[in-house]
Amino acid sequence: MGSTQLPPGTEETLAATTAAAAAPGEPVEMVQLLGPDGKLGTDPVFSDYAKRIDPEKLRVFYADMARIRRFDQEATALQRQGELALWVPLTGQEAAQIGSGHASQRQDYIFPTYREHGVALVRNVDLAELLKQFRGVSNGGWDPRENNFHLYTLVLAAQTLHAVGYAMGIQRDQKLAAAADSTDPKAAVIAYFGDGASSEGDVHESMVFAASYEAPVVFFCQNNHWAISVPTEVQTKVPLANRAKGYGFPGIRVDGNDVIAVHAVTEWALEHAREGRGPVLIEAYTYRVGAHTTADDPTKYRESAEEAAWREKDPLDRLEKYLRAEGLADEAFFDQVKADGHELAKYVRSTTHGLEVPDIRDAFANVYAEQHPLIAEELAWFEEYSAGFESDEEAAN
Amino acid sequence: MATMTIAKAINEGLRASLTSNPKSLLMGEDIGHLGGVYRVTDGLIKEFGDERVVDTPLAESGIVGTAIGLALRGYSPVCEIQFDGFVFPAFNQITTQLAKIHSRSLGKLTVPVVIRIPYGGGIGSIEHHSESPEALFAHTAGLRIISPSNAHDAYWMIQKAIECQDPVIFFEPKRRYWLKGEVDVQNPGLSEDPFKAHVVREGTDATIVAYGPLVPVALAAANAAMEDGRSIEVVDLRSISPVDFDTVEASVKKTGRLIVAHEAPTFGGIGGEIAARISERAFLHLEAPVIRVGGFHMPYPVAKVEEDYLPDIDKILEALDRSLAY
Repeated sequence: MGSTQLPPGTEETLAATTAAAAAPGEPVEMVQLLGPDGKLGTDPVFSDYAKRIDPEKLRVFYADMARIRRFDQEATALQRQGELALWVPLTGQEAAQIGSGHASQRQDYIFPTYREHGVALVRNVDLAELLKQFRGVSNGGWDPRENNFHLYTLVLAAQTLHAVGYAMGIQRDQKLAAAADSTDPKAAVIAYFGDGASSEGDVHESMVFAASYEAPVVFFCQNNHWAISVPTEVQTKVPLANRAKGYGFPGIRVDGNDVIAVHAVTEWALEHAREGRGPVLIEAYTYRVGAHTTADDPTKYRESAEEAAWREKDPLDRLEKYLRAEGLADEAFFDQVKADGHELAKYVRSTTHGLEVPDIRDAFANVYAEQHPLIAEELAWFEEYSAGFESDEEAAN
Repeated sequence: MATMTIAKAINEGLRASLTSNPKSLLMGEDIGHLGGVYRVTDGLIKEFGDERVVDTPLAESGIVGTAIGLALRGYSPVCEIQFDGFVFPAFNQITTQLAKIHSRSLGKLTVPVVIRIPYGGGIGSIEHHSESPEALFAHTAGLRIISPSNAHDAYWMIQKAIECQDPVIFFEPKRRYWLKGEVDVQNPGLSEDPFKAHVVREGTDATIVAYGPLVPVALAAANAAMEDGRSIEVVDLRSISPVDFDTVEASVKKTGRLIVAHEAPTFGGIGGEIAARISERAFLHLEAPVIRVGGFHMPYPVAKVEEDYLPDIDKILEALDRSLAY
C-alpha cells in the first residue's frame, strides 16, 4: 500500500488495543477519552487526534448536540400533535452523530440510515426538509448532492452497499485524478447503520466487497442496544466491532456517548480510508434513550433502571462538565445554546406547518428519467378524470 | 455487415460501450478471466483491465447494491447475474432501491445501472437455471426491461440500455446465445429505440406476440401455419417494460386475433397484461379472445420433461387453431 500520514506505530498499537485483537465473547476494549464524570483521559493512539480539537470546536460540538436534542424534542411534539405521521428520535446518540459528522470533510459522502438527524445537522441539511418524509410530503426531501448527504434509507442496511459502491467510484476517480496530477482532496464514505441492521445480509456483503477492493469506506455502527424491542444480544454474540477482524480490516469500539473519542476515532478511520488503506468498522457504543419511533413503547420490553443507568452517561452532561471545569465555556454560552435551540424549534415548527403538499403529477414526472409511454398514458387518463370533476363543479356553480 | 452469434453480438456491444463511455464498467461473478459462464464477456478484461471488468465476490445483492453506489458517483455499471434463478438475493436492491432512487430524490438522482440476466429454459439444465422471472420485475415501476431475440438487436440494445438514464434489466435468451445473424455495426436502423416492438413478419389472419427466445418459435409457427393457408403476423415485443402497446394494437386491429407467447408462467404474466390492454384498446376489432401460451403454474420442471412445459410450435399452432375457430 501507499504511504500513510498516520503516526508511526499506530497500526501496531491499534492491533493491540482495538476490538480486532479480542477473542470472540471476551470483553472488548472501548476507546474512551471523556468519561461520564467529565474528566479527560488518554489513549495511546487517539489522544493525538483529540488534541486537534480546539476549544472552539468543543463548543461547537456541545452546541450542535444541544440543538439536535432540542430538535428531536420538537419533532416528537409535532408527531404527538398530529403534524408528523411518525418520528424517529435520536436522544442519547448525539455524541455518536455529532462527533462522527464533524470528522467528515466536505468532499466525503455520507450514507445515513434514518436516525442520523445529528449528522444531517452537521452536513448543513435544512432540518425542515428532513421532516418532509415524516410529514408525508416527500420520500426524500433534500438534494443529496448539495451536502454530500444521501437520502435516508428505510430498508435496513441497503445503503451500506451503496456506500461501498460509491467508495469504489471514488477509488476510480482518484486514480484518474492522480494520473492528471490533481490537487483535489481525497475523499471517503461513511456508511451509518445500527446494531439491528448489522444482522442484515447486505452488511456482510458490503464488508466483503469493501475488504476485497480496499474501498475507502468507514462503517459506522451505532450500537444503541435496541432494535425496536430486541436487544443487541439477539443480533450478535460477539462485540460488533470484533466482526471486522473476520473481514480483515480494523474494528474499533468507541464510547458513543463521548463526542471527543468519537471524533478522534472517526477522523483516524477516515484518514485511513482516504489514504487508500481500506475500510474500518467503528462501533459507537451508545443507547437509544427514547423509543425506536413514536409508535413504540419501550416499557413493554426493557427496565427503566437500564434507561436511568444510561442517562448517567449522557453525552451532553459530560461535555458540559468538562467545558465548565476547564473554563472553556461560561454561563452566557450555555444560555446562548439554549436560546439557539428555541430558535431552531420555532423555525422547524413554523416551516413544518408550511410544508407544501406535493401534486401527484410530481410523482408521475419522476418515476423515470426518460420518456415512458405508460406514464404518459396514465397521466393523461388522470388529467381527463380530474377535469371531469372540475366541469362537474362548474356545472354545479 | 458481419455475421455473429447473439453472445458475440452482446460481447461486441459491451466492447463498443466500454470504448465510447469511459464511465462504463462491467461487474459480476466470473465475468473477467473466465469471460462469464457463457463467455459473453470473453476477452474484455484483457482489453479494459480489472477496474472496468470486475470479477466480484459471489454475492448478487452486493453486485447490484455496489453498482447503485457506483452509479450515484457517476458511473454506468453493467452487472451480470449469472443465471435467472440467482437474481433473487438482489431482488431487494433492485425493487426497493434501484427502481425508486430517481423517484424518491424527485428526479435529482439517476441510477443508470444495467443488469444482464441470461434467462429461459430449453438447455437441459438443472434447477434454478431455466427461469423467466421478467414479470416479477415488470410489476415494479422505475425499471425498464428489454430482451433481444436476434444478433443485430443484441448488439444495439445492450448499448442503448447502457446509454439509458433509467435502470434497465437486459434479459438475454440463453438458449439462443449461439444463434447467428447479420449485424450492422455501423447503423442501428430500427434497433435505435430498444423500447419499441417490431413487426418481424407481416400477416393478415392473426398476430403472435413473443419476445426473446420464443421469437424464432413464433416465426416457425407462422411458417407452419402458412402451409395451412394462414397468414400470421409476428411481433417481436423487444421491450417488456414499457410494452409498446401501440404496435401490438395496430397489428391486432389489422388481424383481429392475438396470441401472446412467453416461457414464463401465464398466470400473472406479461401475456395477461397485454391481453387486458388490447381488450381495452381494440375490443371491437377482436374476432376472438386473446390467447396466452406460456408456462404452467409450477416451479420450472426438471430438464427431462421441460419440453412438455415450454411453449413450442405445436402449442402456438393449437392456440392459433382455437383463435381462428371463433
